[in-house]
Amino acid sequence: MLEGLQWLSCYLTTGKHMGFYVSFGTVLLLLAITAPVALGFGFGAAMLSRARIAPISWIGKGYIAAVRGVPDIAFFLFFVIALDQGIEWLLHQARCPEWTDPIRQGNDFVVCDIAKMPLGTSPQWIHETYGFALAVLTFAIVFGAFAGNVLYGAMNSVPRGQIETAEAYGMTHRQAFWRILVPQMWVYALPGLSNLWMVLIKATPLLFLLGVEDIVYWARELGGSKMARFTDYPHGDWRMWYFLVLLVFYLAFTRVSEIVLARITTKLSHGQATVGGEAQRKAA
Amino acid sequence: MKNLILTTAALALTAGAAMAETVRLGTEGAYPPYNFLNDAGEVDGFERELGDELCKRAELECTWVTNDWDSIIPNLTSGNYDAIIAGMSITEAREELVDFTQGYTQPSPSAYAGLTEGLDVKNAVIAAQASTIQSAHVAETGATLVEFPTPDETVAAVQSGEVDAVLSDKDFLVPIVAETDLMFLEEVRLGGGIGMAFRESDDELRGKFDAAIASMKEDGSLNAMLDKWEIEGKF
Amino acid sequence: MSCWETVQKYAFQSIGYGERVLPRTDITLCDQFTLIGSGMIMNLYFGLLAVSFGFLFANALAMAKFSGGPVTRKAAEWFIFLFRGSPLFIQFFFAYFLFLNLKGVSPVFGPLSAAWLGALVVLFLNTAAYSGEIFYGALLSIPRGDMESADAYGFSGWKKFRKITWPTMMRLAWPAYTNEAIFLFHATTLVFFSGFPVWRQQGDALYYAKYIADKTFNPFVPYPILAGYFILLTLVVIWIFGVANKRLNRHLPQAKRPKIRYRPKMIR
Repeated sequence: MLEGLQWLSCYLTTGKHMGFYVSFGTVLLLLAITAPVALGFGFGAAMLSRARIAPISWIGKGYIAAVRGVPDIAFFLFFVIALDQGIEWLLHQARCPEWTDPIRQGNDFVVCDIAKMPLGTSPQWIHETYGFALAVLTFAIVFGAFAGNVLYGAMNSVPRGQIETAEAYGMTHRQAFWRILVPQMWVYALPGLSNLWMVLIKATPLLFLLGVEDIVYWARELGGSKMARFTDYPHGDWRMWYFLVLLVFYLAFTRVSEIVLARITTKLSHGQATVGGEAQRKAA
Repeated sequence: MKNLILTTAALALTAGAAMAETVRLGTEGAYPPYNFLNDAGEVDGFERELGDELCKRAELECTWVTNDWDSIIPNLTSGNYDAIIAGMSITEAREELVDFTQGYTQPSPSAYAGLTEGLDVKNAVIAAQASTIQSAHVAETGATLVEFPTPDETVAAVQSGEVDAVLSDKDFLVPIVAETDLMFLEEVRLGGGIGMAFRESDDELRGKFDAAIASMKEDGSLNAMLDKWEIEGKF
Repeated sequence: MSCWETVQKYAFQSIGYGERVLPRTDITLCDQFTLIGSGMIMNLYFGLLAVSFGFLFANALAMAKFSGGPVTRKAAEWFIFLFRGSPLFIQFFFAYFLFLNLKGVSPVFGPLSAAWLGALVVLFLNTAAYSGEIFYGALLSIPRGDMESADAYGFSGWKKFRKITWPTMMRLAWPAYTNEAIFLFHATTLVFFSGFPVWRQQGDALYYAKYIADKTFNPFVPYPILAGYFILLTLVVIWIFGVANKRLNRHLPQAKRPKIRYRPKMIR
């Protein structure tokens, strides 16, 4: 039996705890990948929505409206299964055209071996990566719609005169969009995007619903009381402390984000035709 | 006719399987002594040992996957893993969705455990894990059922006084009763032993594991394993 | 069994009236609508109480942050940050385990570990923090002219607050606050999804939807039903808040009245 600090240091470095620490990395990785992907989706959706050909703008607007209208948990609860089965179905159609059996057999979803995602022979890490990628895609689709909404609003907020001036100088529509509108819209989009980033951070515990072994999973597993027969480190019910750690993690993370976003806002307001930009000019 | 198609499909499946198919075994990882995560974070327990031995006998390569109890059957049928080996009792309701091998434990008793003796379990507040045979039983007895997603939490609820007693597989409770203040109150027999579950379209694979279980019963190695993990009932 | 009998049996299942044992096999569409509808009673219970009490506390928080002394201001700021800066999902988990430990300290805390009180407390504090921030933001954006005219007319102290400051703040905050209320109703589905256990199989709408999806192995019916109920609920909330909005702005000409627009948000 080890005592006090020594016990704690051994306890906190078991393989299980390593899994716990890694899962924090998983959350950060999810954010790091999802944020730009969602922004890309959003930008695409906003551009489509602005299209001058009606059916194209319907696609963009339809995507934004559909995702925003579906209740969130329902989306997360069965979207991933649907996505997974959809991908396998497509692969199945492409790779096994001679397969005649029905894909739905009672409760089972059966596709041919080489259409399985990932392949049954793949090592475990590929399965985990695939699961994670599905989670990223789900998050990106959902948040892409919200980002699209923000960006669409921001593009419309750029003063009309700016574009008109650009066109008067002989820029084409495309040039005016990329050289005048896009650089200016960010300052209008920033409050909405900051808010979205905060919401995204706070949505990450939903990874737990998507079957990824995330921080919530490990906090529950590690915090539960353990008996001496099955572990070298028996302890009582410590779930409260593990969740306290999670709470502090999220608070620290949102705090840091707030500070960084405030700095970016100041930077972006520089030289803009807004109240913030005007105040900076006067102060200088 | 339908059977014929199924068999050919199964054959086609196993033809692919000959190329070193890895069988993915799904478990919960929170139900000692059957399955749990050890300090290193790996799946451990009676079923880990059993599953590895079965795979060896069936000459299959196996990997272990953990999944929440709640969604363990849907994830099997949608193909995320190939078999469930998670202390799952064989019941009629589950037979409708998946196919079981023969039991690798005897129909084992479930038991109530609580902090006070002489509790009337039919008029008490009883904790059980959600969607288990035990939770179904408690709902029928007329006792007040409180459901938790993991087995751990059912025991924690008794210790915190949240509920009067917990109903669970006796083998799960034995080490807990030995190490804590909980005591056994009553036993009931539910279900028909524990078996491995497979997709209904996966008869071939199920056959292999079924044969491996039978061979372990024959040579007594299953009994030795049950002994080692102190699980009641022998073959 | 006719559908009406099913309704009689299960309509109040979630609050303990009628049949106790849930259907296991042959779950009909009628069963699904009735059970999930029964669960909505729980969502309404949590939502209504949390919004009502949360509204009062949010006013106090906004005042404290706006005009309180340095200590109360800091306290209000921290409170708001604590609940707005962390996921509700984690708050539920943490609160449940905290309440369990408190129960060990004194039996006074006993009822807190049950969802009907414990989860309500968490929802109440959470919505108070979010609404408090909305009200605070509205206080900051009250036009200076309004306050100056109030002073000119000789309003001061409590009377000025009650007649001028508070109504103006409400008017400005109302559209955002409507979305907060809708969002809180949606968030009530998280109650039984986190730490809090379900007693006697009396859960909320999501619990029953999940139960049905579990038993029938078909998520594509119960979840859309659940979504349907929530869309209805959302429309009702928008309508009620719209009526209040009209009353708040009844002195303004029709065209100048701010409209409430539903802006769905993600989980917090």
